[in-house]
Order: sequence, then structure tokens, then C-alpha cells
Amino acid sequence: MVHTFTALGQYLAADVNSGAVHVLDKLTYDLLSLIPGPMGETLPPELAEQLPQYDRRELEEGWRELLELQDGGLLFTDDTYLDPEAAMALPRAAVVKALCLHVSHDCNLRCRYCFASTGDFGTGHRMTMTPETAKRAIDWVVAKSGKRRNIEVDFFGGEPLMALDTVKQTVEYARSLEKEHDKVFRFTITTNGVLLDDDTIDYINREMSNVVLSMDGRREVNDHMRPTVNGKGSYDVIVPKFQKLVAGRGTKDYYVRGTFTRDNLDFSADVLHLGDLGFRHVSVEPCSGPADDPFAIRKEDLPQVEEEYEKLARLLMERRDINFFHFNVDLAQGPCVIKRLRGCGAGCEYVAITPDGEIYPCHQFVGKEEYRMGNVFDGSFDMEISGRFADQNIYTRPACRECWARFYCSGGCSASNLLVNGDITKSNEVACEMERKRLECAIALNAIAAGMGEAPYTERDNTACNQCGACAAEEKSNI
Amino acid sequence: MKHIQTLNGATLKASAAKGGCGECQTSCQSACKTSCTVANQKCENQ
Repeated sequence: MVHTFTALGQYLAADVNSGAVHVLDKLTYDLLSLIPGPMGETLPPELAEQLPQYDRRELEEGWRELLELQDGGLLFTDDTYLDPEAAMALPRAAVVKALCLHVSHDCNLRCRYCFASTGDFGTGHRMTMTPETAKRAIDWVVAKSGKRRNIEVDFFGGEPLMALDTVKQTVEYARSLEKEHDKVFRFTITTNGVLLDDDTIDYINREMSNVVLSMDGRREVNDHMRPTVNGKGSYDVIVPKFQKLVAGRGTKDYYVRGTFTRDNLDFSADVLHLGDLGFRHVSVEPCSGPADDPFAIRKEDLPQVEEEYEKLARLLMERRDINFFHFNVDLAQGPCVIKRLRGCGAGCEYVAITPDGEIYPCHQFVGKEEYRMGNVFDGSFDMEISGRFADQNIYTRPACRECWARFYCSGGCSASNLLVNGDITKSNEVACEMERKRLECAIALNAIAAGMGEAPYTERDNTACNQCGACAAEEKSNI
Repeated sequence: MKHIQTLNGATLKASAAKGGCGECQTSCQSACKTSCTVANQKCENQ
């Protein structure tokens, strides 16, 4: 399968199965867009007739160049090199390597779009996880991780800083097990920032390999969606704290992570605003939900959203200070194809654990009783549910089989599919369409950064953060 | 080539040979928590 597309004024082709990407001129773009499958030795006359605007000899020249790519395994490749059954052996074994640890089912904000029902996940019970339960969760993942060395734990909620003592005791306990069990724990915390103080900032910057800081962008956008319990805006409370945290972060990972809804389809302004506040690593993502959700992006919003992504990509070419998460696609050295086949690993490699020790496939399934997989206290783990998730991959999901973006997105989100279509296997087409547009922009940015194609050369590279080393070099020069 | 520049080679195909160790980050843990892009993840073996 070959996907030809235009973005940011570039003519591009992605050879889906090999991972090859080509920057075309208009002639070869028009020609390749008409070629349905593997090419023969010579330009078919009927194809030339469909492109009367081009000189026949030029078309033949273009054909020969495309044929050279095909002969070199860079165009119209098949994926017979892959053994999907073997690739899925690991998920089926349910070797768990990542926990979303819900240390708090309580929150000090009342975000209007919250999928967790403002913290209690629809249970009506606001609670925090005891250190004892958290330690059992760590014991459980050490046992379930088999020979995997790297284990990730994301402190999540609700608002995890409402259970800071549990966070600290969990980190200390997990570190105490590393040597004996040959494990390396990597901690992340996802926080709304309200409870951050100097000590907590120091703690997070010392212990957390990644931190996700939740805010939506412009003051009016953020405060409209993310009020406090008392109905006041949160922007003025959190921005100085986030800035202080990021200033002390060094080269460690962080993302300022927002959500855009139907109320701010001009979200490029929010991305830029976050950059203006001094945040380099930014992710602003679409609100997802069923058709009657007042905030979720709908099919009729897609033309505007897609135009906005393209606008954002153009703006970011002039903003080297912003690394936008969804345009950060590493074409050459990203994850292996086997990882891309398997996707997020929810229910297999990755699970969520609630304050009372219940296990769910991921944070978005928490509270859905039919997806409760077990409990860290009795060690139960429902392999039937895990098996259903292990069977989800880009070959078993019908929409993915036909999609050019399958190796870039890896099959989308089971929770989103359930939320929108009532079935973890049925892709959320609105989310898919946005993902495809983001990827087209990301690939075009890569082409421009490489000095290829139609746009003038630019040294600004917004696409390869974490690989280019510019962050570290820049920060070093500022010391 | 006069008409075409190759931005990226057959890196996906090449990765099949030695991939699959499973030590890499879980994609949903990085920032998104709601939507997946796996191609922006890092490989632990590079």
C-alpha cells in the first residue's frame, strides 16, 4: 500500500509496509496517485492519457524513477516479512511492564470534560490509595514483569498530589526492590499542579523521569474547562508553579498537556500560548466521546480541525522553541515494527490499578465492572479479558487493515473505540481522521526540515525532539 | 533522481529483524493518555 498526500505544500508518498517516505514533484505525485498497485516495466498508455498536461517523455522518466524505488524495496512493498502471530506472543503472555497507579480517586479541580467524572470515576466514592496497597501493586508488577527490566509507573488520578505520601512511599519501596530483582523503575506523574510547592517540585524533578502537567492553554480556555471546586479559574494558580517546575527540570522529560474541545477549535493559539509561557514540550489533544458529548470533536468538526492542524504546523516552523507531541515522529529510528503492530498494550503489558487494588486494562476502563481484571491482593488476573486485548492489533482491527497510517499509530485506542462505538475493536473514525492528518503534517515537517521538496530550506526541525540533542546543547549554553 | 527525493528508507522492514524486545516505553504513558501515536516513541536499543 502506498499513500500519496499533500501537506504544507509538499507532495509526499508513504510506502506503508517498508516505512519508506518519498518527497515527489508534482508530476510524479500525479502519476503515482493513479497507480493502483505494483508497476510494470513501462508506462501504460492509458495512464499517460489521463495526464495530458505532462510531456510523455517526462512521464516516462518519472515512471522509471518510481520503478527504481519499487525495485529497491521502497515502493509497493508487501508485509510478508512480518509474522503477526509471533509478534503478538508477548501480549498474550500478559507480561505486565507498566502501571497506571491511581493513587487518588479524588481531585481538587472540576474539569467539565473529565472522563473520570471529576476524579471518582463514577463510583460516588472519593478515596486515596494507601501506601500498603501501592506496595502490593509494586510487588505484583515485579512478579508479573518476568524478564522485562524496565518497569514504568505513572502516578495518576484524580489528582495524585492529593496522595503525595503514598507516591513517596511507593517510589522508595520500588527503588528498594530494583537491585534484588534486576529491575529499573521509571516514574511519571500526571498532575493538575494545584498542590505543587517548592518541596514537591524538587521531589518530582528528582524522582520522576517524566511529568505530565495538565493545562489547556489560553487563560479563558483553561479556566472555562478547568475550574476549581469553588468554580474559580485554575490558570493563575498553576502557571507559576508549572513554570517553576519546568525551570528546574533540566533535560528530563516533561509535557504540558492540554485538551481541546468543540469550544476551542482554534487550538493552535493554545499551543502557541503554552510556548509563550516558556513550555517547550507541549501536547494539546482532542476531546473524545460519543456523539452526544457536548465537548467531543465530531465528524462535522473535522474540516476545521484538519485546517487547524495544518495552520499549527506552519506556525511551528517559525517556533523552534515548541516541540508539539503529535508532530514529533521519528521516521528513521522510532520503535520497531513489532512494537508498532501491538500498539499501547492495554490489558496486557499495561494496566491500571485503583485505590483499592483493583486491576483494569487501562485508566479509561476504570469503573467499568465488566472490564475488572483482578486484584493485587489476591493476585487474580483475568486472562480471558487480557486475551481479548492481546488480540487487538493492526491486522485484527478491520479499519486498521485498510489504513495507511497503521504503522505510525498502531491501532488507536480501545477505550476510545468503546466510548464512541461500544466495541473495543471498532475504530473511532473521528479520532482516526485526526490522527492521519497529524501524521501527514508530521511527515511534511520532516521533509521540510530535511531541506527537501517545495518549501525553502529551513534549519528549524520541529519533528525530532528527544533525538536531536538540541535541548541539551541549548540548555548547556544557557548555564 | 530528478523527480524524487527519498526522505526515509525501508527502516520499518529493517527493524523487524531485531525488534520486539518489549523494553520500550508504553506509548500511552508518555503524554497522551487518550490518543496513540507510537511512531514518536524511542527504541531502547538505539
